[in-house]
Amino acid sequence: MDVLYFAWVRERVGHPKDRIETNPATVMDLVNDLRAREPRYEAAFSDLGALRVAIDQELADFDASLAGAREVAFFPPMTGG
Amino acid sequence: MDIRVEDAAFDLGRETNAFATRQAGMGAVVTFTGIVRDLDKGALSAMEIEHYPGMTQKALEAIATEAKTRWNLGDVLVIHRYGRLHPDEMIMMVATSARHRVDAFQAAEFLMDFLKSRAPFWKKEVTQEGAEWVAAKDIDEDALKRW
Repeated sequence: MDVLYFAWVRERVGHPKDRIETNPATVMDLVNDLRAREPRYEAAFSDLGALRVAIDQELADFDASLAGAREVAFFPPMTGG
Repeated sequence: MDIRVEDAAFDLGRETNAFATRQAGMGAVVTFTGIVRDLDKGALSAMEIEHYPGMTQKALEAIATEAKTRWNLGDVLVIHRYGRLHPDEMIMMVATSARHRVDAFQAAEFLMDFLKSRAPFWKKEVTQEGAEWVAAKDIDEDALKRW
C-alpha cells in the first residue's frame, strides 16, 4: 500500500510517499504504526484533528477500514479556490 | 462538463467567451474568478499551490456532478491552477450556464464553497520572511452547511 503526504504533513515527514508492506486494519492502525517509526512521523501525526485522510483518492474517516486499499493519503484541511 | 487542473495561465476572456458561445438555449452564464491577493501588509512574493494529482480531477468532477443534480444547469466549467503564482495572477475560475440566472448563480456559489474545502489543493504564502501554509478557515467549513 502506498501512503502519500501533502503540504505540511509532507514537510514534517520529510518525503512525499512511503510504501507499507504491513496490513493495518484501519486508518488509525496505520497512523499508530507510522507514529511509532520516528519522531518526525510523531510530529506530523501529533494532532489528528488537524489532518484529513483519503483512501484510494476519496475522503474518509480515521476509523475507516483499509481492507483492499491501495493508496492512503494524509493532508491538512484543504485550501483551494 | 469541462474540468481542468493545470499549471499554465488561462485567458479569462477567451474561456468565458468560448463557454458562453457553446451554450444552446441557456439564458444565463455566471462566472467567478479567484485571484492571488497580496497580504494586508503588501509583502506577498508568491503563492504556491500544491495539489493531489490523482484525486483533484475526480474530486472536482464529483462536486460539479453534484451541482448538476441540484440545479437545472446547461454546463459547468472549472479551471484551477497549481504551482507558483504571483499577486494579481488568476488562480481559478468557474462558469455555469442555466436557462435562468438563479440556477447559474447558486450553482456557482455551491461549486466555490465545495471547491475551497473539498478539493485537494493547499496554498502556501511566500514572503521575504519565509513561507507559511494557509490555514483552513472555520467560516469556509461552515459555508458548506447552508447547502
